[in-house]
Amino acid sequence: MAPLLEVLKIRKSFGSLVANRDISFNVDSGEVLAILGENGAGKTTLMNIIFGHYLADEGVVKCAGRELRRGDPRAAIEAGIGMVHQHFTLADNLTVLENTLIGTQSLWKPMLSTAEARQKLVALAVQFGLEMNPDAYVHQMSVGEKQRLEILKTLINDCRLLILDEPTASLTPQESDGLFGSIRKMVSSGLGVIIISHKLNEIMRISDRIIVLRAGETVGTVRTADASKRQLGEMIVGQKITRPERRSSRMFHPKIKLENICTRKTNLQATSLKNIDLTVRGGEIMGVVGVAGNGQRSLAEVMSGHSKPTSGNVTIKGIRAFEHTPMSFMEAGVAYIPEDRNNDGIVGDMSVWENAVLTETQNAHLIGKMAMVKTSQCRSSAEKICSANDVRFQSINQPARLLSGGNIQKLLIGRWFARSPEIIVACQPSRGLDEGAISAIHRSLLAARGGGAAVILISEDLDEILALSDSIIVMYDGYASEPFENRNVDIASLGMMMAGDGFNAV
Amino acid sequence: MRFEARETIPHWLPWMAVAGAGIGTLCFAAILIAAAGASPLVGFRELLIGAFGSRNAITETGATATPLIFTGLAAAIAFRAKFWNIGAEGQLYAGALAVTYFGTGLIELPPFLMIPFLLIVACVAGGLTLLPMVLLRQFMRVDEVVTTLLTNFVIILLVSYLLEGPWKDPYSLGWPQGAAIIDAGALPQLVPRSRLHLGFAIAVVSAIIIWLVQSRTVFGFAGKAVGLNQSAARHAGIPVTKTIICIGLLSGGMAGLAGATETIGLKGYLTLDLSPGFGYTGIAVAMLGNLHPIGVIFAAIFIAIIYVGADAMSRAIDVPTYLADVIVATTVLAVLIGLVLVRYRVVMRG
Repeated sequence: MAPLLEVLKIRKSFGSLVANRDISFNVDSGEVLAILGENGAGKTTLMNIIFGHYLADEGVVKCAGRELRRGDPRAAIEAGIGMVHQHFTLADNLTVLENTLIGTQSLWKPMLSTAEARQKLVALAVQFGLEMNPDAYVHQMSVGEKQRLEILKTLINDCRLLILDEPTASLTPQESDGLFGSIRKMVSSGLGVIIISHKLNEIMRISDRIIVLRAGETVGTVRTADASKRQLGEMIVGQKITRPERRSSRMFHPKIKLENICTRKTNLQATSLKNIDLTVRGGEIMGVVGVAGNGQRSLAEVMSGHSKPTSGNVTIKGIRAFEHTPMSFMEAGVAYIPEDRNNDGIVGDMSVWENAVLTETQNAHLIGKMAMVKTSQCRSSAEKICSANDVRFQSINQPARLLSGGNIQKLLIGRWFARSPEIIVACQPSRGLDEGAISAIHRSLLAARGGGAAVILISEDLDEILALSDSIIVMYDGYASEPFENRNVDIASLGMMMAGDGFNAV
Repeated sequence: MRFEARETIPHWLPWMAVAGAGIGTLCFAAILIAAAGASPLVGFRELLIGAFGSRNAITETGATATPLIFTGLAAAIAFRAKFWNIGAEGQLYAGALAVTYFGTGLIELPPFLMIPFLLIVACVAGGLTLLPMVLLRQFMRVDEVVTTLLTNFVIILLVSYLLEGPWKDPYSLGWPQGAAIIDAGALPQLVPRSRLHLGFAIAVVSAIIIWLVQSRTVFGFAGKAVGLNQSAARHAGIPVTKTIICIGLLSGGMAGLAGATETIGLKGYLTLDLSPGFGYTGIAVAMLGNLHPIGVIFAAIFIAIIYVGADAMSRAIDVPTYLADVIVATTVLAVLIGLVLVRYRVVMRG
């Protein structure tokens, strides 16, 4: 029998960048295939080709022995391929049932025929352990429930091969366990599953076979039972890179103090802060964990002067802040590494050197007579920042958008750290970066801590928080837990807190 | 067929794009002239003679280019900061109203003070006209395209009311026009017995100053960052709102100068037909000049050549003057397409 999915010699390039180079593999029914690789290794491109979002330059995708029409997502759906993207594609104002009906009903029918669909939905949910109320509205649901709904949507369309792109990225550990249980049930009933991830631990638990991609090429295929974490890690990265280790450091006086901070919801996505009390001392890295969207971003914005709290005080180095603007906080010694480095960090169409001095528009050293920019000083100071932080570029005049993600982040961190900040608010500083850049960024953060700066590290990567932080707080629905020391932390209880355990009493 | 971003852009490519756009436009215009029943070659010859053929033709082209440089700068400055000021026409009239108010006898100064004074009040009036729309956009997210566009009609109706009523010149034999600007406030002619006045030189100098400000100063640097990525600029500590307000004042101020120089340089008094849409044509000038202040000078002169030349052509060979509008519009479209092709290459496969 032909395999469920067969991918033959797929090649895809964007300009001079080869995203996929002659990739071939197949998936049989009843197996979980993991595609493992760093960001930029070509995983998502490959899935988009299978699903018909992109056209491959060369190569063929076959489903149950028949070649799929190229570049047509409908062909993939009709052949029984379902994909759950990292970012959900649900209509918030519709119910669970209505969401599963999208795309299945003829537009000519005057009424929705829901009875049959409801029956099928409930049956599938029970069969695969994805129970939910068909009449609940999507906007009332948690991230985990939304993901279950996305999976149900594909199953309703008679999906036989399910592709999950980074499915655990914003789940608590407990929710991930639930997801894996459902995946096992699907596989045992004959479905095939492809799971894309860069989290080694989870892949080892759930998959039967692993394909490792690096820089667009297949490094190797291994049976999970025969693989070791160390071996996979080396296959992903190519060479061994060690992350820096945290050593004990001296704690200094409080650098930034939040007292009873509350904020208003500024837009639909934001979570308002509720009575936050927080003190971060010099020489301390405070890790902030929580499922995405529980107020971490609002916290970072208050601490960096980007939003004004509706009540409460922010005290920086003993002085209460009255003016809540990014500039006044910068002058008080705050540096803010935003989460979205491409939209909030660099100006992509400006050059590398212009971006390196973008924060220095008040710097008397770089401004000459009649508010003229001293271009040569700016360039040399930019060169200094880049060489100190190992930012690699072809020319300092090239647009910053052409840099890789890791180099962009090193440039941003470099320009902020050149101001010798005393308070550093870093949001997801290593998300989506390769191992080399991650260890460089961790080294920079630890060096700042060693120099007496207070660091607030907001991250969804628990391993990163546990490796770097001196103390940890958990955020849930805009509340923050008491800080606890990072020693013998129990991951399970941390996961319970991330899901809201212990916050109801507040 | 699809587009792929070019990683490196050779220096000659933008010039090739502009040249290609020019040739394309000429071919298109030739077809239209032929369709109107005349020989394209004769038509183009008449057009060039009309724009350059005599001392009178050259000064006329310069006089037409003057307000276009100012309104082109107004659009270019604002568009660079992604502030879509479509209201240069209204700001132009605001500048003209200001010079009429102060320049018809209310204040009398010697010329070397009177002229700068009138230019400054016009600049301020234009800037203040735009200011409320800038504030509405920045603080209440009101779409500036709508507000600036609609303000044009309000101001033009205000001008109409003033010229039909309280400001109507009693010596104008019933025409709706303002009182004459006093002699001390009139701009001297650059070329004797022509309509080319000092305003042309002021426009060119303004463009050069704005170019220097944009490319050399901290304000220009901040403005560039704000225009290309407002959020990143805010995160880098640049005062975004303050920068955009300054850009708005400057943009409106340039449009105000267009109204001032037309009133005190060309006409000598305010009329209702002071501007045949210079504010809107300024948008085309800015686009054609690639939002670059020096590019604006050349674009304004080019469009003035087309307008002045097409008038002469239509008189000589009896084709419609509307050909000028078609040529200008085609040029802008062709240049915009050319600039897309500078940034992207077309790949003909897959």
